[in-house]
Amino acid sequence: MASDTRPRRPFRNLSAKIASIPMIVTAVCVFLGGTLWTVVYSFTNSKLLPRLNFVGLDQYDRLWSTPRWLVSIENLAIYGVLSLIFSFVIGFLLAALLDQKIRFENTFRTIFLYPFALSFIVTGLVWQWILNPDFGVQNIVRSLGWESFTFNPLYDANLVMYGIVLAGLWQGTGLIMCLMLAGLRGIDEDIWKAARVDGIPTWKTYLYVVIPMLRPVFVTTLVIVMAGIVKLYDLVVAMTSGGPGNASEVPAKYVYEFMFRAQNLGQGFAASTMMLLTVAIIIIPWAYLEFGGRRRG
Amino acid sequence: MNQMTNPAATSVAVKDLRLAYGSLTILDDLSLDIGEGEFIVLLGPSGCGKSTLLNCIAGLLDITDGQIWIKGRNVTWEEPKDRGIGMVFQSYALYPQMTVRGNLAFGLKNAGLPRGEIDKRIARAAEILQIQPLLDRKPAALSGGQRQRVAIGRALVRDVDVFLFDEPLSNLDAKLRSELRVEIKRLHQQLRNTMIYVTHDQIEALTLADRIAVMRGGIIQQLADPKTIYNKPANLFVAGFIGSPAMTFLKGQIGERDGVRTFEAGGSTIALDQYRGEVPARGTAVILGVRPEHVAAGHVAAGHGAAGHGAAGHGAAGHGATGAGGAAAKVEIDEPMGSDSLLWLRFAGQALSARAPAEHGFKAGDAVSLGFDISKASLFDTETEQRL
Amino acid sequence: MADPVAAGRAEPRGTRPRRALSRRNVMLYGVLIVVALYYLLPLYVMVVTSLKGMPEIRLGNIFSPPMEITFEPWVKAWSEACTGLNCDGLSRGFWNSVRITVPSVVLSIAIASVNGYALANWRFRGSEVFFAILIFGAFIPYQVMLYPIVIMLREIGLYGTLSGLVLVHTIFGMPILTLLFRNYFASVPEELFKAARVDGAGFWGIYFKIMLPMSLPIFVVAIILQVTGIWNDFLFGVVYTKPDTYPMTVQLNNIVNSVQGVKEYNVNMAATIITGLVPLVIYFISGKLFVRGIAAGAVKG
Repeated sequence: MASDTRPRRPFRNLSAKIASIPMIVTAVCVFLGGTLWTVVYSFTNSKLLPRLNFVGLDQYDRLWSTPRWLVSIENLAIYGVLSLIFSFVIGFLLAALLDQKIRFENTFRTIFLYPFALSFIVTGLVWQWILNPDFGVQNIVRSLGWESFTFNPLYDANLVMYGIVLAGLWQGTGLIMCLMLAGLRGIDEDIWKAARVDGIPTWKTYLYVVIPMLRPVFVTTLVIVMAGIVKLYDLVVAMTSGGPGNASEVPAKYVYEFMFRAQNLGQGFAASTMMLLTVAIIIIPWAYLEFGGRRRG
Repeated sequence: MNQMTNPAATSVAVKDLRLAYGSLTILDDLSLDIGEGEFIVLLGPSGCGKSTLLNCIAGLLDITDGQIWIKGRNVTWEEPKDRGIGMVFQSYALYPQMTVRGNLAFGLKNAGLPRGEIDKRIARAAEILQIQPLLDRKPAALSGGQRQRVAIGRALVRDVDVFLFDEPLSNLDAKLRSELRVEIKRLHQQLRNTMIYVTHDQIEALTLADRIAVMRGGIIQQLADPKTIYNKPANLFVAGFIGSPAMTFLKGQIGERDGVRTFEAGGSTIALDQYRGEVPARGTAVILGVRPEHVAAGHVAAGHGAAGHGAAGHGAAGHGATGAGGAAAKVEIDEPMGSDSLLWLRFAGQALSARAPAEHGFKAGDAVSLGFDISKASLFDTETEQRL
Repeated sequence: MADPVAAGRAEPRGTRPRRALSRRNVMLYGVLIVVALYYLLPLYVMVVTSLKGMPEIRLGNIFSPPMEITFEPWVKAWSEACTGLNCDGLSRGFWNSVRITVPSVVLSIAIASVNGYALANWRFRGSEVFFAILIFGAFIPYQVMLYPIVIMLREIGLYGTLSGLVLVHTIFGMPILTLLFRNYFASVPEELFKAARVDGAGFWGIYFKIMLPMSLPIFVVAIILQVTGIWNDFLFGVVYTKPDTYPMTVQLNNIVNSVQGVKEYNVNMAATIITGLVPLVIYFISGKLFVRGIAAGAVKG
């Protein structure tokens, strides 16, 4: 009988396997292969063209002794910490406010979220205009009579990152509000009833009951936001092009400059590998906690 | 080649079936022969592997080891569509975007049947199930009962020998469930197909089945007709799972009095001379299982406690009561259930339930004397939990 | 302000507090309105600036409404604004973006929906591993993969072309879209899939006849996600295209941040609005579906 024997493995599910070829090629060739390629070539002295001429950790030595890279890292840290703190606090507060069974909830949510639909380029250009010292906020306050008022972040090397944070928050807080709101909506109504019966004030319920319950939402949001922060590029290009001087340089821009402008590929590969490392440090513990324990079979 | 016991009379044969994911074994070395036209129910709590077994038979799961034969043909590695089965699911699984007619026709179109044949089969199935007026509606416009009828129809039009039901009534409310139960039984009597029916509802199992396979942990615990399952459960699990209200279990040991083996627990004794089965040697630790309807509670008469009158006229216990001689208990809770009452008693320090007529007149705290119909009770080995 | 309907209806009766104007509500709506104004401000500034003439901009403040409305900046932004030596306005970038976005969206969704379907319903040995790599790929900084892709595109002769960029968007859209579709198809009752298999439908039969007709909403979510994502892309555009195939965002940045010439802020703002218009329109039309999309698409970062 033909069906007596178990059919050969490769031919079972053949259509599914064929249909998955794009995914497999992307995953293996582009994501895995491309990443490995870059990591390997970061140990070479490739200049204009990639060459397998290994120089050990030279590129990394040079990277970490380049002031421009150090500024990039510092800037990314400033941007990361500030935008994480503020976007979480503001995002959560807005979500909590919207969760009070208010009227016009949809209108408010639409307003808070619309910047997220805009690109970083558009965001950056608008805020560049608002922060323009000759016409923007500074000018207006001065014209109101406060002549000595200075608010000119984009042209001040010490303040420029804060200006970028301002624009980044405007663009991205709506997303966090949305994720938090979804989390809050996922909390059982009965929890609130129980807290009211027990006479716990609202703010205490949030602090001691709701926020601990939202821990998974916080963690996931945190990972998403952090992975996004590392990619920070367009916004800086649009707002300041890295200026004044190199004051608002960020790693992603550093990589681009060295790969496509300065024709120093090895340096670009090393810098991008450092970015990968940063993301790995964020992602791997999270992935381990999130998926590691659940593995079956 | 493996020979079956009697291939001609066997409709579905499962041989040494094993299903494992890595180290996790779902079904272990399971064999089951199902006769032509037989209605077999796979019964068990959730996670016992009954649905998994059905999916293996349907070919929706790749098995690890073993064979599946349908109609004398080894179908172990055949596609579901080629196995000659029709299947009905718990969630109806109707294609939401197609009309009822489209749902019924889908499989036939895939099989490449001519238009006329498809229409003929749909008309016949619609007539049997009385769903003609629904044919041009979408599933969303149907009630739960109608949906399940259509789902049965989808199996029916396939014109197959074996019907597989995967908890088909679980999503329906109690009233519809009993209606459709009767309908499925009627369908079986009319078509005489082999039917394999998975459920966790013992009423469905007892009412529908020719034979019931009670499953737990991927293993068939007992395979027998409903009466045997009910009266002679093979082990503690089957005994506890079947019957509502459930059988109560008393822990104790075998004793002897006046040459008669007795069950002793906490100073009380029950004579076992009427027991249908082998009573083990004196001193053996056993578990006595009695169904509430086989326990009768009576008022404590002065002096000699005698069951059999007063409130205890219920069921077989009236005449079969043999527990005279110290089977005294106390009423703890009275649960009126309409036609009768369930009394929760404390007997020999253990919980025991008894059925009593609705007007039994007992209150919580009353002392009662008990009569046991030992001929319908079961003794289990404490160690192996098997019936003795 | 807060809740005028209820306020008009609620007669003060006994000791019952007037809930609509309670201090809590005033605070609540007050905060929300102030924040909403803050969020709307940049949009307002953009529109107002784009409708003013340059003389008015030099005189006044950026928040004041235009004294004299002119659409000239819009016209100029669309058809005359210069990037380098090209002076044919944003229209070229707009049409480039259309030619990039449409095939990218179609191709990426077609591939990812089939992938997601295979992963949800037809798992095979190793499929989950590939999927895991794909999802991790969503987190890998694009910078790491930029150059290898340059080489690949050069090898197949697509470097610098619109088709090349379409391919790149398809590749980088795949993780999130595959996740989206996989989760959606996994939420379709498994019994439906089993029933279709018993009915003799195969891989493609179930996909086209059962799954596709019942998953229109998720396709809309995917389209929203992809159109906004691809339209807003800057990095891939700047790396994988040449000046005459630049997408709109890249061209916009070049127009606004060009160092030559006199800065025409009204034209710049008009160009900025025009660039943001496509995703904004999609956002305001799609409403709840957009929210659903970003909840899933957030992984994109």
